[in-house]
Amino acid sequence: MTELEHKQDRAPVPKEWTYAPAPESTDIVSIRERYGLFINGEWITPTESYTTLAPRDEEPLAEIGQATEQDVDNAVKAARGAFENGWSALPGSERAKYLFRIARILQERSREFAVLESLNGGKPIKESRDVDLPLAAAHFFYYAGWADKLEYAFPNRTPKPVGVAGQIIPWNFPLLMLAWKIAPALACGNTVVLKPAETTPLTALLFCDVLRQAELPPGVVNIITGDGRTGAALVDNPGVDKIAFTGSTEVGKAIQRRLAGTGKKLTLELGGKAANIVFDDSALDQAVEGIVNGIYFNQGHVCCAGSRLFAQESIAEPLIEKLKRRLETLRVGDPLDKNTDVGAINSRMQLDKIEELVQAGKDEGAEIYQPPCVLPEKGYWFAPTVFTNVAQSYRIAQEEIFGPVLSVLTFRTPEEAVEKANNTPYGLSAGVWTEKGSRILWMAQRLRAGVVWANTFNRFDPTSPFGGYKESGFGREGGRHGLEPYLIFDE
Amino acid sequence: MTRLPVKKTYKLYIGGAFPRSESGRTYEAQGHNVARGSRKDARDAVQAARKAQPGWANATAYNRGQVIYRLAEMIEARAAEFAELCSGRGEVERSIDRIVWYAGWADKLPQVLGGSNPVAGPYFNFTVPEPTGVVAILAPEEPALLGLVSRVMPPVVGGNATVVLASETQPLAAVELAEALATSDLPGGVINIITGSRAEVAPHLAAHMDVNAIDLCGADGHSTELEEAAAENVKRVIRGRADAQSPWEIANYLELKTVWHPIGQ
Amino acid sequence: MAQAPALPTGFELPLEPRLPRIGSVDAVALEERAASLAKRSIKKQAKVFALELAIRCIDLTTLEGADTPGKVAALCSKAVRPDPSDPNIPSVAAVCVYENLVPTCVERLQGTGVHIAAVATGFPSGQYPTDLKVADARRAVELGADEVDMVIDRGAFLSGRYAKVYDEIVQVKEAVGRAHLKVILETGELGTYDNVRRASLLAMAAGADFIKTSTGKIPSAATLPVALCMLEAIRDVHHETGRIVGFKPAGGVRTSKQAIQHLVLVHETLGIDWLTPDRYRIGASSLLNDVLMQLRKEKTGAYQSPDYFTVD
Repeated sequence: MTELEHKQDRAPVPKEWTYAPAPESTDIVSIRERYGLFINGEWITPTESYTTLAPRDEEPLAEIGQATEQDVDNAVKAARGAFENGWSALPGSERAKYLFRIARILQERSREFAVLESLNGGKPIKESRDVDLPLAAAHFFYYAGWADKLEYAFPNRTPKPVGVAGQIIPWNFPLLMLAWKIAPALACGNTVVLKPAETTPLTALLFCDVLRQAELPPGVVNIITGDGRTGAALVDNPGVDKIAFTGSTEVGKAIQRRLAGTGKKLTLELGGKAANIVFDDSALDQAVEGIVNGIYFNQGHVCCAGSRLFAQESIAEPLIEKLKRRLETLRVGDPLDKNTDVGAINSRMQLDKIEELVQAGKDEGAEIYQPPCVLPEKGYWFAPTVFTNVAQSYRIAQEEIFGPVLSVLTFRTPEEAVEKANNTPYGLSAGVWTEKGSRILWMAQRLRAGVVWANTFNRFDPTSPFGGYKESGFGREGGRHGLEPYLIFDE
Repeated sequence: MTRLPVKKTYKLYIGGAFPRSESGRTYEAQGHNVARGSRKDARDAVQAARKAQPGWANATAYNRGQVIYRLAEMIEARAAEFAELCSGRGEVERSIDRIVWYAGWADKLPQVLGGSNPVAGPYFNFTVPEPTGVVAILAPEEPALLGLVSRVMPPVVGGNATVVLASETQPLAAVELAEALATSDLPGGVINIITGSRAEVAPHLAAHMDVNAIDLCGADGHSTELEEAAAENVKRVIRGRADAQSPWEIANYLELKTVWHPIGQ
Repeated sequence: MAQAPALPTGFELPLEPRLPRIGSVDAVALEERAASLAKRSIKKQAKVFALELAIRCIDLTTLEGADTPGKVAALCSKAVRPDPSDPNIPSVAAVCVYENLVPTCVERLQGTGVHIAAVATGFPSGQYPTDLKVADARRAVELGADEVDMVIDRGAFLSGRYAKVYDEIVQVKEAVGRAHLKVILETGELGTYDNVRRASLLAMAAGADFIKTSTGKIPSAATLPVALCMLEAIRDVHHETGRIVGFKPAGGVRTSKQAIQHLVLVHETLGIDWLTPDRYRIGASSLLNDVLMQLRKEKTGAYQSPDYFTVD
């Protein structure tokens, strides 16, 4: 650059531009001191309770009920009662209107839900505001429309509701997973007993107020909180006709075992270890964005996270260089700050697990990179992490970390990329980055995964079926296909 | 003097070949000595299926349909033999017609089961069905031929490879089918047939970590332990009916893959 | 002039030992990234910082057939002291005018520190013979311009004659000597982000001190994704060669909010080092008053009326 001839002294170049804190106000939510169990449209006082925290600073937020076997049974009976006394016989067009109402109320109260989601779960407000809430409302809107059109979804078949659906959801997208579960279940004429995750019950409990506003008949949706014991009681309850579970592969297998011989319907959406494959002809800067979105979105607490980056060797070095520089701009901190890119880890337990696996990665000889960032003292935090020099055999390349930790591996040819990408018991998602159309389709055909994102990553939509191959589970959520798990057919 | 007929040796069908059981055992069924397959035979069959599966899945749908139709031709040609091994001519004809019906499905599945999804954003998004992989099938005890055909065709049409545990009491139709398969154009390993004791072999198939799905039709409701074993690698468990004929039967052995791509200049 | 190879067929160009791979740009992902950066919430002291910075980076522009010495003289006064009631408000970086009006600027801006930028090379179309364009640029400097904003030959670019585009920039660069050369790509006519990236690399390879989005004469100008695309090209050149090239979005940046979005884009793509008038300019006319109003709002807490800010 030609030196500018300065005619006069200019103000010195600034050394930094610190964005002032931009906290989303929490005034909009009011959290009760303690919550009961939402059974048959009423709040039932639990016999036991536990404290739910804000992961950003470990501040207690509320006392949450620990539902017992008896509570679970009461909830299932309430659901059965609602199923038999009206809900299943209600015309689809009427069920649809309840779901449309719920969708609208979620849109109207979206900021309130977003703030609560970030507070209780630790995810950045920009994600709960721009992703979780709009998608949750969209799910209800989408399935509302199906409620009176089921016979068109399944030509030549007679669809009927299954009955009482027991639904167990994880802590990474608490309200969104609730929407993924409840919307299709109700659209198909089922009633529901849903257990939110132990650490993130608050938006599900606030959702009960949406049900009140929507005037949903009592017992159609029951929300019971608690830990794994509550989930097990729900799975074992003989009054439940169908179990839908999203969570770890380990628990998913245990549920499948427990249900053996019962004939209950089951869908499982389990873990993943997705390959994100970048070819040397890809649009590199956008690929870097995709990698970042793939693994640091929601602190990497995403079952379909792109946790294994496969970089073509001819481009690996500049790609990693770009990626590292991009990580330096990630803003880690208060989930409620509107400028935060990476929030808090959901729980102490999850933080321990991430730390253990990262230590394993170091011990096995991988090279670790973390951008300089100051983590708050209180709360659960982990810096965005990239491991290079990772071998396929390392634990960090095999096991699901469920945190902001990326393992970088390399490949030489498309054939090799596919082989390595598929070399895992999981099969939930995969990413492909190349500007060559025929190669995208070739790769997409061979990757053993339920979702393949080509030149993008971590996109979700209610119309788009989502679910795994192999040990990532079975059954689909989203789209017309997402109705089937909640229906039985006379054949 | 009447001529002494040459009797057939009833063997297993694995990877397109007809081995005896590696265990060297047989058992008597329908008046004949039939190979009594072992867990190692089952293992070999799974291996053969895994090897054959990608090629079969990657064949064009048109080709798969023709190959399956060719199988119907082969059975028609042996109709008399088959009739003696099952309930009779009627069952054979229904079996042939069912195979023809399924042959026609091969190139229609993505249109009926998949589609494009109107996502709210600048992306093209489509869903296609793909085979689950290797499927273990406990064939029903009867009908000997129609039951077998009804359970085997759906996964095969969809591009899976199968390991079939034949009817224990009426295995001859399965062996005859193996011989028809060998003269059809179906690649070796796509359908593997094991005869023998269900109680002995089924648990090994249910627990096999390289089997992706299991059809418990022939377990006759005694399936709790098999289902428990199947959970170890999250197998798709199907409790099929012996006489079913439906595209949704095929769908049981298909995974849905959804592909996203941006739409931009 | 040695024959310059067309860019797509070779990575080597006379002025560069290495060029970044041309590569391509995914439109959807680029637009999403730009949209997500546009959502940054810049408040309080961070906002004041940005607004003052925006003023210091403005090329206060008038490029009308109706421009007169009187109009430009007024503009020069505004450039030097944007808010007469507040001496703490800095001057803008430069005044940007047609060549004929450079003498007026020289007269008005002497000793003020505000630079004079002139558009040249057959602005805005660039559809003139090369020798005239080169002469045009040379004349601008002779008249007293510190900076020359040239346009590329989009006709040549779009018909694949990259060498012609490249050659012209090289020749203009020679002609303007010590003056700063800003190369206008007129991105709204290039059709795709791939072309924006290619033209950016081509201009930088040929010696541009700055690359600039637009003439301001067509509707599609300095959009955020276009700016991001060009900033990424600058980043790649800097990373691969160490060379520093400045960036100037021009056209369509009218509000403080937009200006801050552009600054955030630079901040998070190239870093704080680029947030100086030496490396960053915003070509604008109506933006200045909006920034002044916002600044006074930040200081007084009250929303402002345009009646209290001089039109030029």
